[in-house]
Amino acid sequence: MRGILRLAFKLLVNDKAKFTALLLGITFAVFLIMFITSMFSGVLNHASSTIINIGASMWVMDPAVQTVTNSVGMPDYVLDAVRSIQGVKYAVPLYSGGALVKLSDGTYQSATVIGLDDTSLFGRPTLLEGKIEDIYAENGFIAVRDAEFGKLENPHVGSEFELNDYRGVIVGIAKVTSSGLYGTPTLYTTYERAIQYVPNPRYTISYVLVEPKSASDIPQIKKQVEALGYRARTKKEFMQRTADFFVYQTGGGTNMLIMTAISFIVGLSISGQTFYTFILENLERFGALKAIGTRNRVLVGMILFQATFTAFTGYGLGVGLSALLIWLARLRLASYAAMMTYGDLAFGFAMVVLIAAVSSYVAVQRVLKIEPFDIFRG
Amino acid sequence: MPKVAIQASGVTKWFGEGDAKTMAVNEVNLEAQFGEMVYIVGPSGSGKTTLLSILSGILRPNSGSVLVEGVDIWGLDSDQLADFRLGKIGFVFQDYHLFPRLTTVENAAIPLILKGKNWEEAVREAGKYLDIVGLKTRADLPPVKLSGGEQQRVAIARAIGSQPDILIMDEPTASLDGDTGQAILSFVKKNILNENRCILVVTHDERIYEFATRIMNMEDGRLKGSEVRAA
Repeated sequence: MRGILRLAFKLLVNDKAKFTALLLGITFAVFLIMFITSMFSGVLNHASSTIINIGASMWVMDPAVQTVTNSVGMPDYVLDAVRSIQGVKYAVPLYSGGALVKLSDGTYQSATVIGLDDTSLFGRPTLLEGKIEDIYAENGFIAVRDAEFGKLENPHVGSEFELNDYRGVIVGIAKVTSSGLYGTPTLYTTYERAIQYVPNPRYTISYVLVEPKSASDIPQIKKQVEALGYRARTKKEFMQRTADFFVYQTGGGTNMLIMTAISFIVGLSISGQTFYTFILENLERFGALKAIGTRNRVLVGMILFQATFTAFTGYGLGVGLSALLIWLARLRLASYAAMMTYGDLAFGFAMVVLIAAVSSYVAVQRVLKIEPFDIFRG
Repeated sequence: MPKVAIQASGVTKWFGEGDAKTMAVNEVNLEAQFGEMVYIVGPSGSGKTTLLSILSGILRPNSGSVLVEGVDIWGLDSDQLADFRLGKIGFVFQDYHLFPRLTTVENAAIPLILKGKNWEEAVREAGKYLDIVGLKTRADLPPVKLSGGEQQRVAIARAIGSQPDILIMDEPTASLDGDTGQAILSFVKKNILNENRCILVVTHDERIYEFATRIMNMEDGRLKGSEVRAA
């Protein structure tokens, strides 16, 4: 069998022009599919950056909240009520809002302000410079060193700015797991300072972060929070809700589907047609092989091997090319919103298998139909 | 006492139905023995190629039987028939049907590979058959770099590679000039034909009749007589 596969391999790769065209077709299709899905995965991941960076197990929020950046304020009693639910280990408030920062040169820069629970500082970022206790110092803020850091004039410990006419001082520089989606720098401070400095509506708690005693307590907590008129979501559920918003309510999902479908059609038409032409050109020789005594299933095996080899090679090249482009983009823009997930890889793989299956099905049908007698007749 | 290689009885084949029905082979009885180089000759459209296809297990007749070494080949299923062709029959097609992207020796190795030999072993063995047909020095060239006569010899090397009991040659001189055609058939008779092999040749090229041990005339789908020639 190995000899037959090698024969199939040689018949395929020795026709360099067609093999190159086949590979280019599949590589290009995989590249497009992978790049589009990676960009979308990146956008979804960045959209959930606050959820990832804070890292709480459960989030209590207003039912109208669709993404983590669009919080709806909740009254203080919600925090007390949640703390009293059986199964809650602890619950802390979180403030998340936008503010305009006046920089030293007099210009204004919008920023995301995260207010951490004053007592526990739950959800604090990892510090690169400074000490976490300095966040309690007068006007203390921690700046996040991400792609947007430069928009705050690359501050250092001791840098000053103004926020809603309040003086702010950078007491630490931190790093986070995921950068935000909207291109605004992030400042961490305490909850009390955040609601003091940032102009706010009547209710100031953006989210209540909850740690359940055990996973089995989660359904009970959800039920009790719902009875209060609010929603408790696990980290995963909140990320999914944020993703759903972008997929279904912004047109992003539709765009991705359209682009993926176009990539698929491009790949299928190039590789399908080239593979079919390759088979057609060799049809008489396949017929000769049949006449010599090749069983149909051996011929089918040869064609499937050729299609599979081309598809997998093209898949590898396409994935590699996408990864290279994302890597190059990140060299220029650290928070470039593209990430290749296992889901994207599996999706791309499924698409390429489908392209190979359709191409080889048509080719197999053609080869099975040829009669060895036609070879004799010439 | 020569052994019977092929025995066909009452073989009939038609194409189409009704008004379009064309009788290609009509009640043909034929016997060919090992050691024979049998020519089936006749004008175009007389049914020679159709008969050859039936005898070699490629085209199913409408009626009649074909015994090859005592086996009723049309009683075999399609896989058995494919195995039979691979094991017993060597084909030299009119247009050679060599793979242009493979080298000469790789082309000759194809039946050996199909028989399950690994690549290296098959190529090594095919080299010996190329040597027999005098093309060892051309082994690594693609067929397009060879002359028509050389390509014909590659096709012969490929056909004899599986050491078939029966060699089928369809219009072997159709694409060759007279001298080359004669040289090829002379070579086949001297080097390929032996007492354990039967060669069937379909042709209408009278210039190569001298190499036949027997000539069967075909006309309108019927065999019209047989002429035995000197061995």
